[in-house]
Amino acid sequence: MLKINNLHASVEDKSILRGINLEVKPGEVHAIMGPNGSGKSTLASVIAGKEEYEVDKGEILLEGENIDELAAEERAHKGIFLSFQYPVEIPGVSVTNFIKTAINETRKAKGLEDMPANEMLKLIREKSELLEIDRKFLSRSLNEGFSGGEKKRNEIFQMAMLEPKLAILDETDSGLDIDALRIVANGVNKLKSKDNAVIVITHYQRLLDYIVPDFVHVLHNGRIVKSGPKELAHELEEKGYDWIKEEVNA
Amino acid sequence: MDLKDKIVSSYLAFEDHLDDNSPLHDIRNQAIKTFEEKGFPTKKEEAWKYTSLKSILNQDYSVFPKQENALEYRDVKKYFIHDIDSYKIVFVDGRYSSHLSQTTHDGIDVCLMSSALSKPKYRIVIENYFNKAATKDSLSSLNTAFAGEGAYIHIRKNKLVEKPIQILHFCSGNESALMLQPRNLIVVDENAHVQIIERHQSLTDNPVLTNSVTEIFANKRAIVDYYKVQNDRETASLIDNTFISQKQESHCSVHTFSFGGKLTRNNLNFFQKGERIDSTLKGVTIIGNKQHVDHNTLVHHIEPNCESHQDYKGIFGDNATGVFNGKVVVEKEAQKANAFQANNNILISDKASINTKPQLEIFADDVKCSHGCTIGQLDESAMFYMRSRGIPEKEAKALLMYAFSNNVLSSVKIPEIKQRITKIIANKLGVNIGFDL
Ligand SMILES: Nc1ncnc2c1ncn2[C@@H]1O[C@H](COP(=O)(O)OP(=O)(O)OP(=O)(O)O)[C@@H](O)[C@H]1O
Ligand SMILES: [Mg+2]
Repeated sequence: MLKINNLHASVEDKSILRGINLEVKPGEVHAIMGPNGSGKSTLASVIAGKEEYEVDKGEILLEGENIDELAAEERAHKGIFLSFQYPVEIPGVSVTNFIKTAINETRKAKGLEDMPANEMLKLIREKSELLEIDRKFLSRSLNEGFSGGEKKRNEIFQMAMLEPKLAILDETDSGLDIDALRIVANGVNKLKSKDNAVIVITHYQRLLDYIVPDFVHVLHNGRIVKSGPKELAHELEEKGYDWIKEEVNA
Repeated sequence: MDLKDKIVSSYLAFEDHLDDNSPLHDIRNQAIKTFEEKGFPTKKEEAWKYTSLKSILNQDYSVFPKQENALEYRDVKKYFIHDIDSYKIVFVDGRYSSHLSQTTHDGIDVCLMSSALSKPKYRIVIENYFNKAATKDSLSSLNTAFAGEGAYIHIRKNKLVEKPIQILHFCSGNESALMLQPRNLIVVDENAHVQIIERHQSLTDNPVLTNSVTEIFANKRAIVDYYKVQNDRETASLIDNTFISQKQESHCSVHTFSFGGKLTRNNLNFFQKGERIDSTLKGVTIIGNKQHVDHNTLVHHIEPNCESHQDYKGIFGDNATGVFNGKVVVEKEAQKANAFQANNNILISDKASINTKPQLEIFADDVKCSHGCTIGQLDESAMFYMRSRGIPEKEAKALLMYAFSNNVLSSVKIPEIKQRITKIIANKLGVNIGFDL
């Protein structure tokens, strides 16, 4: 599904990603861990098409197609979804209106008519129930004044509405209390199938108890310096990153 | 002959036809004198520092249209808010168009300035109100000198006018260049309520310069909601001088939607002459090309316990230029005043610019005044967020700009106007947004 070859990326001449290789197959869950500032969010943004970042070398293939030239919205139309570490506040646009627009623009890009209003309503009801989101919440301005946990839950609500092929969850667990974590993880698991894939960026094993990864990667200084099975996450939780840094430097 | 000389000499001819015994006679003579002395304002004057009239004064305007020009309703229907039942006072090239209008004298007077100025039964109202709120600056004086036609609206005590009143000034284009001096007088008696929509519309690309004066008197507990729809062609310019004199416990609001025109200057003045008055000034400006919109507002807090709310949003593209000059004066007696002012702008092009200047003169000590101006670009992180959810760049921009102007629209009380403005904004931004905000 996603294949990243020797990806180098920079911002304002500052190099951040320095040779990422990663392959994600349909049905898989990959976890990316790594110290603060190692480049996790940057990798997520580059995959999602943030223009601020310059791809200096390497390529990103989605289902075999190089997506380097595609705008963020075109990548979204092809099924890439990024749950933001810091969701952006958009005053004046309600959650409902935003998600309606996102869905209908995606449909338009695929040559489909707008989703009929009753179908949309049904979908919104179904997905908000899945994530235990109060209906009143949906008429509020997007992310404006939302608590940290509410923002994250809302990101997964949007993901549930859009049903992406490849979902990248950037620290979706941070800011969630235990109950919310369970609800959100449950939501993500319900959406999982053999045809889609998830990349989970996290600092904590906690989330991975719910969303169980097939692979765990450690990002350090813009490179994946170690990959392993889900047990690697436990090891990191216990020992921290120092031993890996030492391994790299050795 | 330059425009000023031309105007002054046509005044002499105009004055010849007028009744020497009219109470207006002296007012007019005084006004033309003022204009002659002061002339058109130049950038040397503080209040005109960022707006130059030069580019619009160099036309050979007709000061009086040579003939009456009729228009068919079907040709101008789209400029009316036509999906509501309303009174209409319509002018074509400065002259009243009876077949496009729908006036009334049934408990309220919705009719013409020309008849109010000439018929004895209106004499008292004219004597009490005409030119009593307008300041004696040069452009208002110019209008006063020629004041002859416009809307005359008088709402009697306790009357709640359910139908909005539309005032439309069309310019047929039969003159190669035309200058208009519409004069509106609106008197709203105690506890009465009225909603008014005003629009100036040119039908061709022949240059038009409108120098309009509107005086509004809101008596005790009156409610006046005024909407200015400025979406004219980019060959038409408008200087709008509006003066609102409020008595105790009255509520007046003016919403100004500026999307069109070559040069638009809004001189909007509120005078609070009583206690517990509420004044609201809101505006959305969205312009591009070489358009220029200048909002020059004044709220004069004279008595205690009054409020004023100003909220102007501007979006400027291409080489467009904007000005916001918001003056709030709080007199010593005006204790417990609550004066709020905000002016937020987005520049969507490197060549667009806005000059924004709050001017607070506060002489009372127990007041709440707040003001804030911002000038920004569209929020890049919001753009990426929206695009990453599949909303294309153009639509994302439009949605952000929409959202930006949203709170100004939220106080519009006539749903049809809100829809119309929403449509104009969507149109202006080149998108189809499938929902109301
Ligand atoms: N737009 C930018 N401008 C300048 N520096 C940037 C920019 N974006 C990222 N960086 C830098 O790149 C590095 C990687 O940042 P990134 O946000 O990808 O880290 P992260 O692994 O997600 O960290 P965290 O665990 O704290 O979320 C950091 O040093 C950061 O300061
Ligand atoms: Mg991060």
